[in-house]
Amino acid sequence: MSRKRVVSATINGDLVEFLCEPRQTLLEVLRNVLELTGAKEGCSNGNCGACTVLMNGRPVVSCLVLAMEAEGAEIRTIEGVACGSHLDEVQQAFLQGAALQCGICTPGFIMQTEALLAENPQPSEDEIRFYLAGNLCRCTGYDKIVRAVQSAAAQRQQASHSTQATR
Amino acid sequence: MKAFEYAAPSTEAEAIELMTERAGTVEILAGGTDLVGLMKQMLVNPDRVVNLMEIRSLREIEPTPSGGVSIGAAVSLEQILDSHYLDPYASLKQAINNISSMQLRCQGTLGGELCQRPQCWFFRGGHGLLGDDGRAVAQGDNRYHAVFANAGPAKFVNNSRLAPALIVRDARLRIVGPSPDAEQWVDLADFYRIPRHGEQRENVLRAGQFVSHIELPDPGSFQCATYEVRQGAGPEYPLTAAAARLNVQSGVVRDAKIVLGHVAPTPWRSEDAEHELIGKPLTAETIEAAGLAAIRLATPLSRNEYKVTLAQVSVERAVRMAAGLPPGGF
Repeated sequence: MSRKRVVSATINGDLVEFLCEPRQTLLEVLRNVLELTGAKEGCSNGNCGACTVLMNGRPVVSCLVLAMEAEGAEIRTIEGVACGSHLDEVQQAFLQGAALQCGICTPGFIMQTEALLAENPQPSEDEIRFYLAGNLCRCTGYDKIVRAVQSAAAQRQQASHSTQATR
Repeated sequence: MKAFEYAAPSTEAEAIELMTERAGTVEILAGGTDLVGLMKQMLVNPDRVVNLMEIRSLREIEPTPSGGVSIGAAVSLEQILDSHYLDPYASLKQAINNISSMQLRCQGTLGGELCQRPQCWFFRGGHGLLGDDGRAVAQGDNRYHAVFANAGPAKFVNNSRLAPALIVRDARLRIVGPSPDAEQWVDLADFYRIPRHGEQRENVLRAGQFVSHIELPDPGSFQCATYEVRQGAGPEYPLTAAAARLNVQSGVVRDAKIVLGHVAPTPWRSEDAEHELIGKPLTAETIEAAGLAAIRLATPLSRNEYKVTLAQVSVERAVRMAAGLPPGGF
């Protein structure tokens, strides 16, 4: 029982410890304490998906997770997607396909896409639209986002085939 | 959010103790998809939050000796979809598949889904569960409110999307607390109640109690289905829904159970619709009669008469789907 506690979690591969109050959400701690401001606060009640991060491999809206619940968890945020300055296939596809305008929803869409492609490397358009239904975008009209996800999936497939071919 | 104490016990007994020792108001946390939002809006302001997610027995899906399945209250909706034990209960999975936010499926739990507070915008807007003894809803924008059992102050609808599917399957709940060894079993159909005054909640849980498990009996030879009427494919709540359970032999309905969702302050069983089906051949005429019977006692408010038609359509389509027919419509 406590009012303040040190929580340890693995965030983007690093073991991180932070002090937090029970009333702080994971999103607040990521943004305000750990300065990982990629995850965005949109609606603050779980409807828009802008704050999506992966917690133990599954997509969650971090605005509805208490930071205390992160104890022992493995968390991946948008900051952990690129490798240095090398963007991954999903980020690259969003950029090349202009799948964003204002960009507020983009980190959430990219994390949700990472979860989708990890579980289903070749999703159909319907499957993409279904999986991303918890992420809202008020700018693009979604078509470019869906095409970017298709393109990222194709890129990844191609990369994995060429890796296998060179083995 | 107001400050609160937080605890994550690892056993049911510890959880009960944390809920019953002098602690002021206590709320139970599972997936958090409803509670955290309510706390942020300061609609629910507990002194203590007890997180059930560390209790291993509450996160398991297990077959029962009697041929059914027991689901821990802290099992996520995604875990249910992935469980082979629940394959015989396809209409439950169908109902979860209607929830189109993948994040909420991964985070949300079965116990939380069944115990969620109403989406009523008067409640969510800070006007209380009954909104000035029902007057706020009666005189205000009540387009999403109850069309049955709305004569009292409670005019919100129960928003559970899984309760109708579970009630037609005769699901039971194991409720534990408030004393450490107290446990009771309650039919899910009897779990919900219509509050008469502001101090009452929407279910029978008393202080110091929580739902630990949901048990489904042997799947039997029933045909079940759930149908939701929604405005689109987005994450909004449905406008109306119905779950149907049929036992059809040689083309004749031997047994039927029909439960509607989002039409009353509790999941709403329609025995009138069931009577129209039982003992009759399953024809287009019988199904239409069941839909009409389901809405016979409807008492729409000033702005939700449209929901009566949708309730009828929900029943007809749920029955058609249970019978293996295409639901019809768009």
